[in-house]
Amino acid sequence: MEDDVTISNPLTSLKEFTAARIAIGRVGNSIPLKQSMEFKLAHAHARDAVYSVLDTDGLDHKLKVFNLPVLHLHSQAANRPKYLKRPDLGRKLDDESKDQLSDHKTSTDVVIIIADGLSADAVNRNAFSLLKILIPELLLAKLSIGPICIVEQGRVAIGDDIAHGLNAKLSILLIGERPGLSSADSMGAYLTYKPKPGLTDESRNCISNIRPHGLTYKPAADKIFYLVNEAFKLKISGVALKDNAGLLK
Amino acid sequence: MSYQFTIRNKVYRFNDLKTLLAKASPYRTGDVLAGICAESYEERVAAQIALADVPLKAFLNETIIPYEQDEITRLIIDNHDVETFKSISHLTIGEFRDWLLSEEIDNKILSDIEGGITPEMVAAVSKLMRNQDLIAIAKKREIITRFRNTIGLKGHFSTRLQPNHPTDDPKGIAASIIDGLLYGSGDACIGINPATDSPAAVMHLLNLIDRLRQQFEIPTQSCILSHITTTLELINKKAPVDLCFQSIGGTEQTNTSFGINLALLDEAYQATLSLNRGTGGQNVMYFETGQGSSLSANAHHGVDQQTCEARAYAIARKYKPLLVNTVVGFIGPEYLYDGKQIIRAALEDHFCGKLLGLPMGVDVCYTNHAEADQDDMDNLLTLLGVAGCNFIMGIPGSDDIMLNYQSTSFHDALYLRKTLGLKPAPEFEQWLIKQGITDDFGNLLTINPAHKLLSEIL
Repeated sequence: MEDDVTISNPLTSLKEFTAARIAIGRVGNSIPLKQSMEFKLAHAHARDAVYSVLDTDGLDHKLKVFNLPVLHLHSQAANRPKYLKRPDLGRKLDDESKDQLSDHKTSTDVVIIIADGLSADAVNRNAFSLLKILIPELLLAKLSIGPICIVEQGRVAIGDDIAHGLNAKLSILLIGERPGLSSADSMGAYLTYKPKPGLTDESRNCISNIRPHGLTYKPAADKIFYLVNEAFKLKISGVALKDNAGLLK
Repeated sequence: MSYQFTIRNKVYRFNDLKTLLAKASPYRTGDVLAGICAESYEERVAAQIALADVPLKAFLNETIIPYEQDEITRLIIDNHDVETFKSISHLTIGEFRDWLLSEEIDNKILSDIEGGITPEMVAAVSKLMRNQDLIAIAKKREIITRFRNTIGLKGHFSTRLQPNHPTDDPKGIAASIIDGLLYGSGDACIGINPATDSPAAVMHLLNLIDRLRQQFEIPTQSCILSHITTTLELINKKAPVDLCFQSIGGTEQTNTSFGINLALLDEAYQATLSLNRGTGGQNVMYFETGQGSSLSANAHHGVDQQTCEARAYAIARKYKPLLVNTVVGFIGPEYLYDGKQIIRAALEDHFCGKLLGLPMGVDVCYTNHAEADQDDMDNLLTLLGVAGCNFIMGIPGSDDIMLNYQSTSFHDALYLRKTLGLKPAPEFEQWLIKQGITDDFGNLLTINPAHKLLSEIL
């Protein structure tokens, strides 16, 4: 789509130092069509990700290999517009979901929660691949794992309600992060020791940007596993639990 | 004191000024989330009609957050200038709206009453206004500030060049700076949001921009938007700090959540002044604000988000800042849901800030989970240009790869300058001409790859 009215930019060679949209040229004073469409497409991907839907059947099917019970839960945010306007509702389970938890009271070490967050696409694509590495590591370390919970219209803090209801010592919550223009499928993992309702973000450790073009599954799983071990050892999570994994090597 | 208005036999009662202000506020998700929004269109208009009859004086007698509990309230009340208030003290909020719109009320008169009006008065009057009123009145005001150049002159329009990078890579940042300068961006400042707040990293970035600025004799100022305590520490280490940055909010508790208070701001302001680096003037502070921050910090005291925002301007004006930037669409849809709400909030903030004497700029922006897109930003950008906004952001291709949101591009500023006949800060304009970046009429020239700005970095 480059044409003779587009004034190209001599800075093109600097693009290797930054992903910023530098050196995009101009037509008159405006952004050339090619770059304008690239931007629009990236925004379209991000918008679609926000409204993408959790593939509960697909996840259910794949998660069977772990031989763990799978619970399907829903927050109090009935739909996406409500979810976007009322973050408080996305942090609480609806009544039907709470009832489901009461059937699983046996204490466990770890509970794994998968929530759509701001990009269901992110967990649809990345959650199982990460768990395939992480769950065997946890089992090998003799940690007991409770039911895997799939939550629709969930925010991070909903994990506290769930883990507390299931009597778990630690929660690992996988959630779709706010889509950026360059990453509509970025998954975050939040780890909380002694989860209970009312905790805030400083009580958690977050591993961000998990996706094939970001932090890949193996290093992400290793990082989570390291933090799980440290959390059980120090009986804490959050700002006081530093990720010193790199220093040990 | 309680307020009321009756519509078709239905009596709407509002228990206090705080409630009246919240119910009179144009609809936005943040006030719904806080549970203080009007419950119907009719209730909102009833509140607005009731608010129109409230005397300006009432805001001096009834504080919306108690004087004893909040140092921002104390700042507002203690600094109120009774003398300058005299000329408008007989007006109600409704009469104040008409007074502001009157033809004879010009920049000089608005400047004269500045010390006599409080943030709450300005927030209240804005709630009775249409977008058009907010633009027409803000347009009257000319707020000029100086450091190495002159910002805010009528007919001029500036940009903060924002060359952020997710890992603060010096080459990546330098590439974005050069790109921006070649599009005529950066006269408000070159300002980086650092990826980390570590003093060593911030020092590195300060030196990077300072070297660049001196090497090419660019008549602008730099700012690394680190926490004020980090900046203070670096000033004590003789770092080249031009502008001292801080995010501020409209309640004491909000500021506590930001890790600041007025005493700390005083200290940082004095320390930055003592460096005496401004060659054209001594406006050394850069503040950022944004509706919703008090609710987000659970520190709003039941006050609507627009009034909280206006209260933050009471802090800003105490320190004669070079730049005040309301980051309007960054906070997300639970506070400002869509383009309509973002546009309204930006015009309110710009109006309130200007009336309180502040050099207002706006980060015309949105996140991907808000119901907004580039068209909404084009609308807002154009409205702000007409309203006489001092500056916007300049970001490569609108895409901030560090903060993950969309703001205005270098091209956006060029569009506005061209369509509205606006120029950069005069000193910067001369520099652009001297560098062969623009011609005498502000048109961009084709850049030769041998241009020294390029050859230095390539």
